Amino acid sequence: MAIELKMPALSPTMEEGTLAKWLKQEGDSIEPGDIIAEIETDKATMEFEAIDEGTLAKIMVDEGTENVAVGTVIAMLAGEGEDASDVEAPAASNNEVKDVPGEGKDVGRDEDGTDGEDQGAKPARPERRLQADPEIPHGTNMATISVREALRDAMAEEMRRDERVFVMGEEVAQYQGAYKVTQGLLDEFGPKRVIDTPITEYGFAGIGTGAAMGGLRPIVEFMTFNFAMQAIDHIINSAAKTNYMSGGQMRCPVVFRGPNGAASRVGAQHSQNYGPWYASVPGLIVIAPYDSSDAKGLMKAAIRSEDPVVFLENELVYGRSFELPELDDHVLPIGKARIVREGSDVTIVSYSIGVGFALEAAETLAGEGIEAEVIDLRTLRPLDREAILESLAKTNRLVIAEEGWPTCSIASEVTAICMEDGFDHLDAPVLRVCDEDVPLPYAANLEKLALIDAPRIVAAAKKVCYVD
Amino acid sequence: MAKSAKTRKSPARKKAPAEDLDFVLHSLQEAHEKSPKYDASDEEMLHFYEQMLLIRRFEEKAGQLYGLGLIGGFCHLYIGQEAVAIGLQSALDNDRDSVITGYRDHGHMLAYGIDPKVIMAELTGRQAGISKGKGGSMHMFSTEHKFYGGHGIVGAQVALGGGLALAHQYNEDGGLCLAYFGDGAANQGQVYETMNMASLWQLPIVFVVENNQYAMGTSTARSSAETEFYRRGTAFRIPGMDVNGMDVLEVRGAAEIAFRHVREGNGPVLIECNTYRYRGHSMSDPAKYRTREEVQDYRDTKDPIEGLKKVLIEKGKSEDELKAIDKDIRKTVSEAADFAENSPEPEPGELYTDVLVGEY
Repeated sequence: MAIELKMPALSPTMEEGTLAKWLKQEGDSIEPGDIIAEIETDKATMEFEAIDEGTLAKIMVDEGTENVAVGTVIAMLAGEGEDASDVEAPAASNNEVKDVPGEGKDVGRDEDGTDGEDQGAKPARPERRLQADPEIPHGTNMATISVREALRDAMAEEMRRDERVFVMGEEVAQYQGAYKVTQGLLDEFGPKRVIDTPITEYGFAGIGTGAAMGGLRPIVEFMTFNFAMQAIDHIINSAAKTNYMSGGQMRCPVVFRGPNGAASRVGAQHSQNYGPWYASVPGLIVIAPYDSSDAKGLMKAAIRSEDPVVFLENELVYGRSFELPELDDHVLPIGKARIVREGSDVTIVSYSIGVGFALEAAETLAGEGIEAEVIDLRTLRPLDREAILESLAKTNRLVIAEEGWPTCSIASEVTAICMEDGFDHLDAPVLRVCDEDVPLPYAANLEKLALIDAPRIVAAAKKVCYVD
Repeated sequence: MAKSAKTRKSPARKKAPAEDLDFVLHSLQEAHEKSPKYDASDEEMLHFYEQMLLIRRFEEKAGQLYGLGLIGGFCHLYIGQEAVAIGLQSALDNDRDSVITGYRDHGHMLAYGIDPKVIMAELTGRQAGISKGKGGSMHMFSTEHKFYGGHGIVGAQVALGGGLALAHQYNEDGGLCLAYFGDGAANQGQVYETMNMASLWQLPIVFVVENNQYAMGTSTARSSAETEFYRRGTAFRIPGMDVNGMDVLEVRGAAEIAFRHVREGNGPVLIECNTYRYRGHSMSDPAKYRTREEVQDYRDTKDPIEGLKKVLIEKGKSEDELKAIDKDIRKTVSEAADFAENSPEPEPGELYTDVLVGEY
């Protein structure tokens, strides 16, 4: 049977081209790999190679013809044992075939498609079912413990529970952790499971991610998330997207953790909040807890998660102590915010170190007769929209307190949620209280000016309450 | 002008192993040079031929389907490089070893014997594709076969491969990871970060540079201060091997030596397979950076499939027998193309599946 040679698509965007030149003529025999013609696309002149062997029986489109649509039959090739002179041109037809929804790009298809209006329609996004925090049994003893110890205990408990869990990063083993979060782990678990890496973030983030693909449960510590910028390709392109790109075949249960946000007097390159960066990426879980109980409960959940987790800690909070229920297995739900202080007049949404400022602000406001409700988001992705909107429905006023830049921030996102789904409940514009929109300065006075604090949150809360 | 796949002298002077601290860096190459070709049985050789031909015909068909608009985006063909994937992967123990590569990944999947239908259906973006149509040409995986992709970011697969090797070591499963990358990726920093840790921790990994002479349109000579890529592990004390990637028996021979070294717990090996891609970097590459004659010379004198065909004929196979094999393969590929063209696109609901595994 004669073979139709069609105008090829020679780039991802090409729809038509110019048949610049025929390099073979009717009657010429053709071997695979022979250049039959030159075709000009929008980008370049490309050579059109033969795939099959045979004899060029008929040229259907003359050289020099412009705007030849992709899929148009440009020549006929007679196959082996076929007489070229017998080859007939296909009946003249409109080669433009309509796209059939549900059947791919149909350029060059012969048959007519059927209509399928519904198939292309946007499907409904499945709804989330949020899990509540587990009840703490009556009579549970409460211990006071620092965030640093809570995180260490969470890792140690999960390492005891699951042989696949291991920790890797700079100074995590012999040095006991640059911020002592991994203190004692090497002694208990040995060098196989507590691995000191060279200073090579891109490399070890990739190795951690690959180990997760290979079935392990790595905890990859970044000395700070500022250094993870060297490794962000693996966090986003390798870890976050793989499950989707593989159609659900290839999991990547890795935890990337370390301190995030401004520390103290370390200057611009060491002081940045990456929460909004990672929270913008589908395929990642992003957790940023404030107190010891959430740090422990969510770290344990993060290690058990089948998904890649970015776990953002805060150096200034490591040493703070909080009450923590003494339970055998304290695991908290990912994706659920927590009301840390109830109130009826204004909602303050925050996370990480901002929660401390928000609680301080709420105390001050209470002294002035304003009852603020403070919400700790705890998880930045997936964000607990319901908790934000429920509180807004109650207070009708909302302020976001975020230790980070205002532009394209978590604060921006929460504002958008309030606009889109809480507009009818708003009695005042949503206000953002964020760091100043500058690289963080070193000088003590300037640094203080740049970072959020409780008085700024108080001022914003009063503004949305139309007080003063 | 591209360098040809030739045999070179070993990088170091010869000394007795006991007093030569660098012995390990050149001993594998010496062993390979001593006996470059794998001593394949007739049956094995025929199988290599069939597998390479399947890749060739599959890729030619993929090129055609791209031309018809049935495959979109980027499509990087493996034509010319077939001996590399077949030579190396035929030496793997598929019950325990893992493989990872970059975006030119169709051949590596076919080397596993994965059904051409589900690979072609992935290229056309269909539900039946191996990634449910959500990955495309560059992002294909088969965890069932321990094939971990199919990665679109140049060089990323090398660090990920280091992680797979770490998992082999951690689990003490006796497996090794075969991590492929190109001469272009060989200039990425993370490749060397990974080599450092792999050697430091003695990870069971074989790094393979598929040197097809061009990083997209830039020849190795224009991009690389050291174009002898097998030497690039020396700084990390990783032995290198310089292999003719146009001869499946030589590639397989090198694989035997390298895999044995790694399995004995000696840490990584770096193999450079000198090969050549006949087609453009991707389908939209007009390939103006090299001459037609250069490509033709490879096709005419160094083609891995023609080369093996000659050996098979010397061994008594007839032209007709080989032609019949080609016919069968063409049929398989043609069926894969029909399947890929006619099977449905993913359900719209698939848009939202597989983003996360858990529910939160």
